[in-house]
Amino acid sequence: MMISRMNHPAWFFVPYVMLFLTFIIIPVIIAVGLSFTYFNTIEAPEFVGLRNYVELLTRDEIFMQYVLPNTVKFAFIVGPIGYLMSFFLAWVLAQVPHRTRTIFAIILYSPSMTAGIAMAVVWRVLFSGDQSGYLNSLLLNWGLVQEPIQFLTSPEHLMTIMIIVSLWASMGVGFLAMLAGILNIDQTLYEAAYIDGLRNRWQEVFYITIPSMKPQMLFGAVMAVVGTFQVGLIGVQLSGANPTPQYAGQLLVNHIEDYGFIRFLMGYASAVSVVLLLIIYGISKVTFNLLGERD
Amino acid sequence: MAKFRGMKINPDKFHRSQIKFYFILIPMAIFMGLPIMFIVSHAFKPLNELFAFPPRFFVRVPTLQNFRDLISLAGDSGVPFSRYLFNSLVVTVSGVFLSILVTSLAAYGLSKLHFKGKKLLFEINTLALMFVPIAVTIPRFITIARLGLIDSYLVLILPLIAMPVGLFLVKQFIDQTPNELIESAKIDGASEMQIFLKIIFPIILPAVATVGILSFQLIWNDVIGSTLYIDDESMKTLAFYFATVAQTMPGQAANPVAGQGILAAASLIMFVPNIIIFIFLQNKVMNTMAHSGIK
Repeated sequence: MMISRMNHPAWFFVPYVMLFLTFIIIPVIIAVGLSFTYFNTIEAPEFVGLRNYVELLTRDEIFMQYVLPNTVKFAFIVGPIGYLMSFFLAWVLAQVPHRTRTIFAIILYSPSMTAGIAMAVVWRVLFSGDQSGYLNSLLLNWGLVQEPIQFLTSPEHLMTIMIIVSLWASMGVGFLAMLAGILNIDQTLYEAAYIDGLRNRWQEVFYITIPSMKPQMLFGAVMAVVGTFQVGLIGVQLSGANPTPQYAGQLLVNHIEDYGFIRFLMGYASAVSVVLLLIIYGISKVTFNLLGERD
Repeated sequence: MAKFRGMKINPDKFHRSQIKFYFILIPMAIFMGLPIMFIVSHAFKPLNELFAFPPRFFVRVPTLQNFRDLISLAGDSGVPFSRYLFNSLVVTVSGVFLSILVTSLAAYGLSKLHFKGKKLLFEINTLALMFVPIAVTIPRFITIARLGLIDSYLVLILPLIAMPVGLFLVKQFIDQTPNELIESAKIDGASEMQIFLKIIFPIILPAVATVGILSFQLIWNDVIGSTLYIDDESMKTLAFYFATVAQTMPGQAANPVAGQGILAAASLIMFVPNIIIFIFLQNKVMNTMAHSGIK
C-alpha cells in the first residue's frame, strides 16, 4: 500500500505550502509590485516608481484628513480596549465553577461569530435615526434625549457606534486562548507566591498570572491587532454608503475598496494595501516589544 | 496557608467569595447577549409587530413568515433558495475537510519531521498570522483569474484552506505529543504517514476540531468568493444571497420594515450553525487554546 511508503516530508508540507504561496504570498508580492505602477485594469500596468506612495502621503487629502486619523483612532481604541476586556473577562471567568464558566464563555464568544451585512442591517434597526429606532425609542421614553439621535448618518456618532459594535464582537479566538492560558497556570505558583510575601490581587496578576501565560497573551495580542483591522468594513455596512457620511467612518480598508473597485485605480489601491499591511506589522512588533518587557 | 486568599483557578463549586465576579459577568453577558436575543426575537416577528410603535424588543406572536419570505424571495431571482443552501453546504463541508487535512499534515511536518526550510516556513507562517486577506483582494483576484479558476466551486474553497492560525495552533499542539510514541512505531516499521494517520491524528483531535470551527466560520460566512470569483448565479452561496438581500432590501422604499424581519431571519440562519458547532466542540477548543501561545 502506498501509505506505508509515504515517508518524505514533501507529502506533508507541499499541499499547505502550495496553497499558502498561491493565495497569500503571491498576492502580497503582486500587491507590492502593482503599488509601483499605474494600472486601470484595461491597459497593461505602467511603471511609475514611487508616485503612488508620494501621492498618498502628500496629495490624497481624504487619506490624510479622514482615513488615516479614523483608522488610528478606531484601532487605538478597539484594539487595546478589546484586548484588555478579553483578558479581564477571561481572568474573571477562570474563577467561577466549570459549568457556569462554560455558559458565560459561550455568551461572550458568540458575538464574534456573527458576521456579514445582514447583521449590519440588524444594527441599523437598533440604532435607527427616527423614533422607531429601538435605542432612540428607549432614550426618548426615559427622557434622556429630546429628539432622536442620528446615530448612523451623523458624522459625530457613526465612529462611536462602529467602536461599540466592534468591541461587542471582539471576544474571539484571542479571548479563548487567554482563558485557556489562565486555566492552565499551576495553582501551586499562587500558593508559593503568597508564602513568599505577595500581598494583593494586583501583585498576583502582574507577578504570577501574566508572566505565566505570556505566550497566550502574545497570541491574543496578534489576534486583537488583526481583528481590529479586519472589521474595517463595518462603517460602510452600518451607514449603508461608501464613502461613509462625510468620511466619518472611512477606514483604510474602505479606501482600498474605493480606489480598487469603484475607481479601478488598482496601482494606487495596492499602495494603500501595502501601507495597511505595514501598519499591522508595525503595530504587532510594537505590541510584542511592550509585552516582552514584562519579564 | 491561612493567609492564602488569592486566586482560586477553576473552583469546584460555588462559594460566597465568587459573588463579586457575577456582578461583572452578568451585566457583560447581558450586553453581549442582547443583540443576539434581538435577532432571534426580530426574526420571528409578524409584520404588525415590526411596524409597532413604540417598538417592542421581544416578539409576542411568533411567526415563520419572515423565513418563508426569505425563501420565496430567492425563487424570484431565478435561483431557488435550496440551490444556494446546497452550494453553501457542499463548499463548506468539503472546505472544512480539506482544511483540516492540509493543515494537520503540514503541522505534523513542521513539528516532527526534518526538512530544509522548516524553520523559515514556520517563521513566515507566524508572520502570516498578521495577514489580512481583505488587503490583497485585488491581487488575489488577478492570481485566481490567471489560474483559470473563475466560476468553479474550487475558487470558493481553495483560497480559504491554508489558514496560518490553524497551522500554528495544530503545530503547537503536536509539539506536546511525546516523541517516544513515534519512535516505537518506527521500530515497528510504520511509515511517517501511517504514524500520522494512526497515532498522531487521534491524539490531536481537539486541535483538529478547533481548525474545523475556524475554517467553518471562514467558509460559511464568506461573501467575497461568490461576489468576485463566480459569475454564474446558480453557483453562489447562501452568505452571498443574504448579502444581496441586505443590499437591495432597505433601499426598496415599498416595504423597508418587512425587510428587517427577513434580514434578521437571514442573520439567524447564518449564526445558528456557528453557535451549535461551537457549543458541541467548546471543550476541545479550550484544550487546544491552552497550547496556543507564541513563544
